[in-house]
Amino acid sequence: MSPPAAALADLTEISTQIETAVVFDREGTVLESTVDDERAGRLAGTALELLKAAEDARPEAAEPLAQLDVALREGSVFVVTDQDRLIAATTAPEPTVGLVFYDLKSCLRGLAEESKPKPRKRAAPAKKTTRTRAKKDDAKS
Amino acid sequence: MRSRSFVTGFLLAAGSAVGAVVYRRRASRRRERVDLYFGDGSMVSLAEGSPGADRLLAHARELLSTARA
Repeated sequence: MSPPAAALADLTEISTQIETAVVFDREGTVLESTVDDERAGRLAGTALELLKAAEDARPEAAEPLAQLDVALREGSVFVVTDQDRLIAATTAPEPTVGLVFYDLKSCLRGLAEESKPKPRKRAAPAKKTTRTRAKKDDAKS
Repeated sequence: MRSRSFVTGFLLAAGSAVGAVVYRRRASRRRERVDLYFGDGSMVSLAEGSPGADRLLAHARELLSTARA
């Protein structure tokens, strides 16, 4: 299983509130999703449009958008960004917002850690050999 | 007799006040809104009808219907 697939599988297993989720990049390329490819592409495109519209609504002094949630009568939509990678998810109405954000951020963090090059293992230091000196008494006898 | 009517009136007033608070809370929870969280920890909440919110709500509605199609 690829790292994004494993991360999404973990996410849907942990968070029962999340109905669908899609991981994508800022160009709209889908990395992994819980739905079929065609729907995932449309979800990623719409989520990017939503994000752009949200950036337009940003106050001038504020830093870039980190996450958003939209509460609708039919359900909720969440988008979380992590540098180049984003995740969008949908839930039933009135979810536990903090918990959903936590799970989505954990998923993205897990993906970022997976993609980092793992540090090489250092060669183990040479073992010190200890010599036991023969006791003077033993040597005499 | 007088104290009894006072207690009844007081209970009615208190009950109405509690009912109004509960109703307002439930109504505000049912309202559609967009919460935007920024990198510096600040948050902006846009309720339906406020400028900029309708465009965001439309995108979100489209996303939700695609997800459930």
